[in-house]
Amino acid sequence: MNSLKPYIPLIAFVILVIGFAVGLKQGDLRKLESTLIDQPFPDFSLTTLDDLGSNITEAELKGSISLINIFGSWCVACVQEHPNLMQIAQTNRIRLIGVNWRDSRVKGRAWLDRYGDPYSLILFDDSSQLAIDLGVTGAPETFLVDHEGRIRYKHVGIVTRDVWMETLLPLIKSLESGT
Amino acid sequence: MDGNAVTPDKIIGERYMIRHLLISSIFAITLVSAPTLLAQTSAESSVSISEAEIESRAKDVGRALRCVVCQNQSIEESDASLAEDMRILVRARIREGDSNEAVMDYMQSRYGDFVLLEPPVQKNTYILWAFPFLLLVMGFLWFVRAARKQT
Repeated sequence: MNSLKPYIPLIAFVILVIGFAVGLKQGDLRKLESTLIDQPFPDFSLTTLDDLGSNITEAELKGSISLINIFGSWCVACVQEHPNLMQIAQTNRIRLIGVNWRDSRVKGRAWLDRYGDPYSLILFDDSSQLAIDLGVTGAPETFLVDHEGRIRYKHVGIVTRDVWMETLLPLIKSLESGT
Repeated sequence: MDGNAVTPDKIIGERYMIRHLLISSIFAITLVSAPTLLAQTSAESSVSISEAEIESRAKDVGRALRCVVCQNQSIEESDASLAEDMRILVRARIREGDSNEAVMDYMQSRYGDFVLLEPPVQKNTYILWAFPFLLLVMGFLWFVRAARKQT
């Protein structure tokens, strides 16, 4: 036992290093688990981007699968993502709903005029009412919502071709066959 | 008086130990009770609350909530626009009669444990919370052993 004594600090150090290595590998700190998976889409009451007098609620989401995309004209990554959304819209596979987050109506509309408008419906959320309810930390973020208005998947960051082909599309297919 | 003789340095040793035990237990008690004392002040229910009270309670809540885009600031400290919206929401909820805990629970239900600046005591944080006290106990045991060896 006494012969081991000088090595105790070294052993403790090695255990620490292993512990940190495992901890660091385990999770991407920027990627937050959504606590909302399989929960009903939060209640909301918002206007659309183009119609100040409109009032859209969560009831709108029932009946078909939707992809809900959080974007803003201030969001640099959204510009990069946008061509992919345009392609997804062209497949007519899914209803694409945009949430124009922390933006002005004029800027949001101008941005869509410039880069194209893939959305069948655009909600206007300038005060983060819906965004906070969705646990959004940045744009773009994308939610997959099923027929019953339940959140089934959350993607943080750009929806790339790979994300669409390998994650979202298979999920949509399995949701479609489930009903 | 004759059988078990008590040597002077043993008395000193024991007194020394007792004093240390006292200091470390006071230290431990303060550590344990501080969060509960804090929690008690925020537990009051609201009937009709003044703007000043809303503001002070919102600050309490805001200081305990992480600004999720800046990671190590509270929403009270942060200039991020999302933090600003979260501050507004906290005030609106308190104004509507939510308790501080209800507001925290709501934020946690949206953003997960990450939004709480102080990690909650639960299964995956037991080690985190228990470790300082384990160290304290270990240090104390080590001290007792070292003190015994001296005599």
